[in-house]
Order: sequence, then structure tokens, then C-alpha cells
Amino acid sequence: MVRCKVDPKINPILPSDDLKEIIPPNWPQPKYTFSTNTITEDKFILGRALFYDPILSKDNTISCGSCHQQFVAFANADHALSHGINDLLGKRNAPGLFNLVWHSSFMHDGGINHIENQPIAPITNTVEMGDDINPILEKLNASSKYKNLFNKAFGSEVADTKKLQLAMVQFMGLMYSYNSKYDRFKRQENNTSFNDSETRGYSLFLQKCAVCHTEPLMSSFEFRNNGLPVDPFLKDKGRGELNTAEPGDDYLFKIPSLRNVALTGPYMHDGRFTTLEQCINHYTAAFTNTINLAPELPRQGMTLSAQDKADLVSFLNTLTDYRFISDKRFADPNFK
Amino acid sequence: MNIIKYTLVILSLFALASCKKDTKTVEPTPEPAPTTGNLKINFANKVGTANLSYNTTYTIQSGDSISITKFKYYISNIVLTKSDNSTYTVPNSYDIIDPAVKTAINLTNVPIANYKSVQFIIGVDSARNKSGAQDGDLAPNKDMFWSWNTGYIFLKLEGTSPQSSASNKSVIYHIGGFSGLNKGIRTVTINFGSSTANVNSSGTPAINLNTDVLEIFKNPSPISISSLNFQMSVNASSKMIADNYADMITFGSITN
Repeated sequence: MVRCKVDPKINPILPSDDLKEIIPPNWPQPKYTFSTNTITEDKFILGRALFYDPILSKDNTISCGSCHQQFVAFANADHALSHGINDLLGKRNAPGLFNLVWHSSFMHDGGINHIENQPIAPITNTVEMGDDINPILEKLNASSKYKNLFNKAFGSEVADTKKLQLAMVQFMGLMYSYNSKYDRFKRQENNTSFNDSETRGYSLFLQKCAVCHTEPLMSSFEFRNNGLPVDPFLKDKGRGELNTAEPGDDYLFKIPSLRNVALTGPYMHDGRFTTLEQCINHYTAAFTNTINLAPELPRQGMTLSAQDKADLVSFLNTLTDYRFISDKRFADPNFK
Repeated sequence: MNIIKYTLVILSLFALASCKKDTKTVEPTPEPAPTTGNLKINFANKVGTANLSYNTTYTIQSGDSISITKFKYYISNIVLTKSDNSTYTVPNSYDIIDPAVKTAINLTNVPIANYKSVQFIIGVDSARNKSGAQDGDLAPNKDMFWSWNTGYIFLKLEGTSPQSSASNKSVIYHIGGFSGLNKGIRTVTINFGSSTANVNSSGTPAINLNTDVLEIFKNPSPISISSLNFQMSVNASSKMIADNYADMITFGSITN
């Protein structure tokens, strides 16, 4: 019982050299480099405290961590759609969070053009955390805990939007996931090898999937209509919903990274599939929503045998990074 | 040798002493003359010739009426032109003009000169729309930022009109868009005619400008509220409104 007590010092205190930019071998240069947001332990700790604190929601019930859970690579376990304040449901699935500094846009529709702007959107979304940002700043500025954390991080205890954004990016931007079995295999670490099914699955992946789910990030982060039938209730046009939309944007969604995909279900932008098999079967049936259908997809669907599908699943399971999901630096500091 | 050495030492001591004495007699060097001063740009927000007041009924060109509850816009990237045609670019120039909050931009450290014109944009340049966290009037908590579709709202006009087709009779124009054919950024150049704003070391000259809300509905594309009461997307309609507001700010006077 004693161990459940919240440590006022917000342990574990991190050795600063544990927090640094990482570019794994053979990965491209990240889009965000922290060049104007120098990495410090104190900013990271502030960002982590904010990420896990429902103080960022209107009624103090929902934190970022409510819908982004570490044990499923910061996706939302068992939730097709995001579940916000007052039991309101969003219209899209909360994606996993990792390797975010390689993204050039955020959200399923790519509407947010910079990682530092991302935290503002869910905080102010009426069906997520639900508040105008100013009352949240007032709450933070009235909190002795945050006065102390902001002071340590920025040399001033006054919370403002910019400090909040920079601190949260320190926490989320440093969520690197590059230690799956696939990664160890590619790096030829400890003689890591694929079994026969994984080997066949990887080969199929390269032929059928990698054109969009590009290595090594496992996404090109471009936008495509992958042919999902339009949900008659949500009627989500994806990128076509943006206020800058052009007709060619209808039904386009950001290609998700397949890293940690075995953990991040339910799948697709609206969480309509619960298993990897369902996702693969979607690509073997003829596509029904063909407006702006991805040119990479054959309209009649892909040809994959039952064995092919099983092999693909075997390969997709090698993309799980257990070190990332158990990395204590990213855990909720309130639970130990 | 020793004699020479001591003589040198004594001579040098004498020299030092006399140097010290000299500096005492020198007049203190005057403070360097200031090279910069202050300048104020005032925005008088008007509806036609009347001063804008909220919750008052005004008639736009189409004959529709509007009662305004909110009117605010970004003025950015101010550049001042001197009489000799050289220019001064105001650094970090981003201000929200809002009759309820701020109607003047106070510039400091402006090079002393006589200025004959000012240029700025209505809106926020593309670069600042794409560079992440910002502060000052560009902070995202100023009610002028689209958080779900990154970009600043360059101009907000809200109110009510009996001609609005909305059930609550609302009029809502949120105009933005920092790139593409329909972008909302408009460059405004204001010449001061025969006057100049004379920036000096002591006073604060003022450039007095007028912003006329009616221009938003006027030209080149007349807009009626019955046909457009809600505009939040970046498209042909927002471009039309931006084309209209491009000339909403005009020269009033210079106060030196």
C-alpha cells in the first residue's frame, strides 16, 4: 500500500543523458530536431506530468494518457473511438504515439502541421478534453506543483501556451520505438533471426504493403483512401473534412505506421476492425469506396492465400517493441 | 646602467602622473545622440463614418443589417518607408487589433527619420503558420487560431442579422488560409500623402488609420448576409471576403 503513494518528487528522476535525440541506424533525418526546444530533464518531467494529468481537461477527468496508454504503444486499448469528457465519443480512433518527430503532420487527416501545435487540439476539442486553453492555464498557474515544475523547466513559474507546448513535445517527441524484433533482425543484433513464417511474411510485406507502409518508419506518412466503405453514421471524409480541403482530399487518411501494430487495435481511423486478420482481409476484398482510391491498390483487391495472411500476421507481430512499452521514463509518474 | 634604469622609472612615473592629471581636465564625453524613437499606429475601427460599437444595428451595402459582437484582425510584418525611400522592417511584428482589447500598435526603437508610408499584411505570414509554438499575440489562446487544422484566423467578424439564415440569426466570418489560391493574407500599403511621421528622440508621433467594417461586404465582390452568414473554410468565398477586406484600412492622419 505504501508503494502506491504519489512521490512528491515525481520519481523516477532521470539521468539527463537518458534523454537525447536518437536517429537509429539507416533511419532518415527527423522532421523535428529540438533545435529550438533544448532537451532537459526538467522539461521532460513537466511534459510527462502534463501528459498524465486530467487537469488539462475541462472537468478534470481526462488526461492525454486516458486515450494514449503505454502498454498498447500509447494507442487506446479496446476503444474504437476516443472517449472524452462527459462520456462524449469522438469520431476517430486514438493512434499510437511513437517516433513522432518523423511525422510532418498530425491527426488522421494531417490537419496539424507541427508537433508543437498538436497538444492544443485535443485539449480544446469539445468531445475530448473539452476546454478553452485559458481556464487550463489558470488552473496550472494556481497549482503549487506546476508553479514549481514550470519554474524548474523554464525559469519562470508562469504557465503559458508556449511553455506547455514545448514541454509536452519533449515528452512525446522523445518516445522513440526502434527495438522490435524486426529492428534487432535488421541490425543483426544478437543473431536475431526470423522463423520461416516471419521470413515469408516479411517478403510479402515488401511486395504488397511497403509501398505505403514504407520502411523503416513503416509509413510514408502520406494520405490515401484505402477503400474502406464510408461509415453511414460518421460519414468521415478524412482530409476532406479540413477547412482547407480540395475535392481530391475526400476520404484520404494518413497512412499509419505499422510499428507496434499488434498492440494498437482497434484498427483503421474509426477503429472498425479489432484483429490484424480483419485488416488484411479488407485488402483482399474488392474495394467499395473507390473515390480517390489509392492508386497502389488493385480495385478487385489483393490476392493472398490463407498461408500468406498467416505469414503476414507473423511478420506484423515482429514489429512490437516491448522495451518501448515498458520504458519507465514514459510511465505515469503517479503510479509505481 | 642603474642610473639609466631609475631615470626611466622616474620618467615613466612622471608620465603616468601627468596622464592622470590630463584625464581629469578632459570634458566628459557626451552621451551618444539617440538614433531611435517611438511610433504609434492607431486603428480607428469604423462602420462607414461612425465609430464601431457593438450590438448596434448597421446597414451594409446590400441593404442587409448587422449588429456586431466581435471584430478582430491580425496586422503583421510592418515595414516603414522613409522620405529617402529606404525602409525599416519592424522585427517580430504580429498584433491583433481588437476594439475590445487593443487598437494601437506601439513601436519602440524605430530609427529616427521622417516616414512617408507604411506597409503591413492583414493576416499572419505563412512561415509563422508553420513553425510550431508561438507567443505574444501569436499564442494559440488568443481566440485567433485553428487548432485542428493549423493556421491563424486572420480576421473574425461575428454578430447577428435578421437576414441570416441561421436559426439563431448569427453571422460568423472566420477568415484565414496561409497558402494556396484562396489564402487570406492581404498586403496593405498606406501613403501619408504630403505628411510624414517624424520619429524623433522625444515625442511619439502617431499614424492614424481607419478600418471600415462595411468594406468587408462591399468591393470588389458585394456580399449579402442573406447569401453568406457563415464562413469558416478556406475556399472561394473566404477569398472573396479577403479581397474585400484588402482595402478596409485607409489613411486618416499623422500626429507629430
